[in-house]
Amino acid sequence: MSTPIQIVPGTRTPKKPPQVQKEDSMWLQKELINGNYHELATAHEMNRKVSATFVPGNLNELLMCFNFARSLPETNALQNGMRKKSGKMIMDAERDGHSEDVCTYVKADLGMMLQGQVGPTGEALPTPDVLLLSYTGCFTFMKWFELIRQKYNCETVMLHVPYQGDGKISKNMRDYVLKQLKEKVIPTLEKVSGVKFDIDLLRQYMRESAKAEEDLVWTLQSAKHKPSPIDGYFGAVYYIGPIFTAFRGTPEATKFYSVLRSEIAQRIREGKGPVTPEGEHPGEKYRLVVEGPPNWTSFREFWKMFYDEGAVVVASTYAKVGGVYDFGFRHDPEHPLESLAEYCLGCYTNLNFPQRIDMICKYIDEYQADGLLINSIKSCNSFSAGQLLILREVEKRTGKPAAFIESDLVDPRYFSAANIKNRLESYFQMVKQKRTATAAH
Amino acid sequence: MRCFIGIDLGSTTTKAVVIDEQHRILGRGITNSRSNYDTAATVAKQEALLSARFHLFREALGTSGALNGGLDEFVGQLERDFRLEQFLVQLADLEQVCAKSVATARFGEAEKAVSTALGAVFARLRQEAPELFAPGAKRKSDFFRDIAGSRYLAIGEEVAKDSGLRYDFLLNVFDRSIIEVENRVYLDSLAPHLLAALKRTFKALPETAARGEAVRAPIQGVLDMPLEEAYVVGTGYGRARLPFSKEHVRSEILCHGLGAHVMYPHTATVLDIGGQDTKAIQVDPQGIVESFQMNDRCAAGCGRYLGYIADEMNMGLHELGPLAMKSTKMVRINSTCTVFAGAELRDRLSLGEKREDIMAGLHRAIILRAMSILARSGGVRNEFTFTGGVAKNEAAVKSLTELIAENYGKVTLNIDPDSIYTGALGGATFAWRAVMEEGKAIEKREAA
Repeated sequence: MSTPIQIVPGTRTPKKPPQVQKEDSMWLQKELINGNYHELATAHEMNRKVSATFVPGNLNELLMCFNFARSLPETNALQNGMRKKSGKMIMDAERDGHSEDVCTYVKADLGMMLQGQVGPTGEALPTPDVLLLSYTGCFTFMKWFELIRQKYNCETVMLHVPYQGDGKISKNMRDYVLKQLKEKVIPTLEKVSGVKFDIDLLRQYMRESAKAEEDLVWTLQSAKHKPSPIDGYFGAVYYIGPIFTAFRGTPEATKFYSVLRSEIAQRIREGKGPVTPEGEHPGEKYRLVVEGPPNWTSFREFWKMFYDEGAVVVASTYAKVGGVYDFGFRHDPEHPLESLAEYCLGCYTNLNFPQRIDMICKYIDEYQADGLLINSIKSCNSFSAGQLLILREVEKRTGKPAAFIESDLVDPRYFSAANIKNRLESYFQMVKQKRTATAAH
Repeated sequence: MRCFIGIDLGSTTTKAVVIDEQHRILGRGITNSRSNYDTAATVAKQEALLSARFHLFREALGTSGALNGGLDEFVGQLERDFRLEQFLVQLADLEQVCAKSVATARFGEAEKAVSTALGAVFARLRQEAPELFAPGAKRKSDFFRDIAGSRYLAIGEEVAKDSGLRYDFLLNVFDRSIIEVENRVYLDSLAPHLLAALKRTFKALPETAARGEAVRAPIQGVLDMPLEEAYVVGTGYGRARLPFSKEHVRSEILCHGLGAHVMYPHTATVLDIGGQDTKAIQVDPQGIVESFQMNDRCAAGCGRYLGYIADEMNMGLHELGPLAMKSTKMVRINSTCTVFAGAELRDRLSLGEKREDIMAGLHRAIILRAMSILARSGGVRNEFTFTGGVAKNEAAVKSLTELIAENYGKVTLNIDPDSIYTGALGGATFAWRAVMEEGKAIEKREAA
C-alpha cells in the first residue's frame, strides 16, 4: 500500500459531467490540490526549490520551514490513476524495462517522467531539487527514489525510520530518528534551499497541524454514529487529502478541516448518511471496516458497488496511512522535532501485524461494524504479505465475517469489475444472512 | 401445486431446480447458457418443470400400480419419446429457418442446389432421429444445438460430396440459422408433445397399451395440475439479467454453500469448480457461509480449461476424465493457463509423453490450483463437498482425493451425481425459505 487522496477538478476538464455530488469541503479540497500542482509548476520560476517526499509519516511542516514546493509521488500516481492516465504510463515504464510485478505507483511515476513529466492537471511538474526519503514501512520507497535519483541526479537525504517490529516505539528508536533529523535531514535541507532552519516557524506550523488533526479525528470518528454521516474510506479519501500531503501545517488546511467538521456536524443533526457521487447514500445496511487502499482507476465504479448495496465503510486503515491520530497522537509545538520523530514512527505503514490486527479489531468494536473487508493490492509486496493472516485473526477475535478482494492501485488491467462485484455482493449477503441467523438463535 | 425454483446462470450452462412445499426435489433442468441469458433461464426453468412433471408421472403411476413392475421402463421410454417429439419439432423449425437463410444468403446460381441439399440433409436427420433417442443410445450432449449440429455437419458433408456442392455453403446456412432456433422458447408444447410421445410409447411397449386408460388417467391428472411458481431465486454470473427484483437474486457463493448443505447436511467446506471460476466456501452447521475465496482476474484451471483441452485434443469434454484414468505415469504440468494449454500439450506430446499421462497431469494441475484457493479460504474441514461441472470428472476427483488426503488427512468427500445443480438447489432453497419461513410472495422486476 501507500498513500492518499485528492480528486481534482471537474472544472478544468470540461468533458467530466458536472452533476457529480460533493460536499463543499470536497470542492475546497480540489482547489487546494490543484493549487499545489500550480505551485509546483511555477516553483522554479518563482525561485523556489522543490522537494519530493512520500506520504506516510511525511515531514511536511519541516519542508515548509525551508519554503520548498512539495511534490508527493504517490499522490501524483493516484491522481493520474483517477484521471485514467496511469495505464499508459505503466505500460511505458514496462517497456522501459520494469517488470509486471513492480509497484504500479512506481511505474506510473516513472512512466510520467518518460512522457515528459506532465502532471495530473496538465501542468509540467518540475525536476525535484531534493528527495527526502522517509523510509516508513514501505520497502519499495528506497528503490523508487534510487531510480529517480539516477534519472535526475538530485540531492537525496534518507531518514531511516525503524520498523515497529516489536509493536512499540522505544526511546532508542525515537533518539535515532531525532539524531538523523538534526544531523542529516535539516542540514541537507538547509543546504539545498539556502534557508536557515527556524524552529519557531516549525512550532507555528505544528500548532496549525494539531488543530487540523483534531478536526480530522472528530470527522473520522463521526462514523460511530448510526447512520454514519460519512464514508470512512471512499469519502475519507477526500478528507485526508490535505493533511497527508502538502497542506498539513498550513492555515488553509486548518480551515478545510473546520469547514469539514461543521458540514459533518450538520449531517449528523439532520440524521443523514454519507454523500456519494450520485447524491445521498441510499441508506445504511452494512457497516464495514476496510483494510488496504482503494483502487484508483475505477474509483467511482468501485465505490458504487458499495453504496448500491447499502454498504458504508465506517473505518478504514487507509485513512490512517499518512499518520495515525485517532489514538491520541498530535503534532506538538512544544516538542517539535520529537513529535516529528513520533509521527514517522507511528504511521500505519510502520506498524507490525499484531498492531494492525488490534487496530482493526478495535475499529470493528468501536464503530459497531458488521465485518472486515480487505482490498489486497496486487503489485504491493510490502503490504499484501500477511493480509490473509490478518483476516483470519480478526475473524477469530471478533466473530464477524471477513472477505478478501484483490485489485490494484493504478493499473487498470488489474481491476476485474465482474469478479469484484460478485465477491462484494456475496459478502454483503453473507453478512445479512449471518445477522438473520444470529437474530434467530 | 406450489413450486420453488432456483436458477443458476453459469458461464457455460444454466441450471434450474424445482422443489415442492415438502422441500423435495421435483425436477432439474439444464441448458447451454448461449449469449442470451433470458432464454437460457427460461429454457432451464422449463426443463426443470418438465422433469418435475415426469417425477410426478412416476409418482402417480407408482401409486396407481397401473404398470405393475414395468414403471421404470415405461417412464424411461416415455421420456425418450417425449425428447424425440421435442427434437423433431425443433428440427422442423430449424429446417424452416434454414430455408429462409438460403433465400437471403446470396448463393447465386448455387441457391437451388443448396435448397435441394438441405432437403436431403433434413430428410436424413428426421429419419435417423429415433435412433438418437433409442434406449442406450449415447449422445455427447443433450442440447439441441449439439445433437442437431453434429449430425447436420456429418450428414451435410456426405450430401455435399455426393452432389458436388460446396460444403461451406451448408455450414454457412447452419451457422446463420441455429442461434434463432436455439433462442426460441417453446411454451405450451408440453401436453401435445406428451400425448404424441405417449402414442409412441404404447407402440414401443404394447403390453402397457393394453392398460391404456389406467396409464393415461394418472398422467392426464398430473398434466392438468398447474405447477405454480411460488417463488424464484436466481444466481450465477448472469443473475443481474434475470427478470426479477433484487430480492430474488442471491450470490452464487451463498447458493452453493446452502445447496451443498442441503445435499449433505454435515458439509463444512465446499469446493465448486465451474466454467470460469473456482470457489472455496466454508459453511457453518446451518449452511450459512462463513468465508470464501475465489480465483480472480484469470480463469486458469477452471472448467473452461478442460473444454479448451478437449477441443485441442479433438475429444468430447467428458472423454477427458476416462482417458486420464488410464494413466500409468505422472507427468508434471505447471501451467494452468488456458491460453498456454495448447502449447503445453503439444510440448509434452513432442517429448513422447502419452496422451493419458498428460491428461492426468493436467487434471492434477487444476486441482493443485483449487487446493491453493481452498487453503486461502481456511482449508478443508470435515465434511468436504465437491460440486460444479468438474466434479463429474473422475480424474479430477481422483487427484483431489489424493491431495486432500496428503494435506488434510482423512476427510469425508461428498460428490453428488447431480452436483452441477448445487447452486440452483441453493437458490430453490432460498426461494422455499422466503415463502415458507418469511412469508414472502413473488414479485416481478419492473421493466428496466
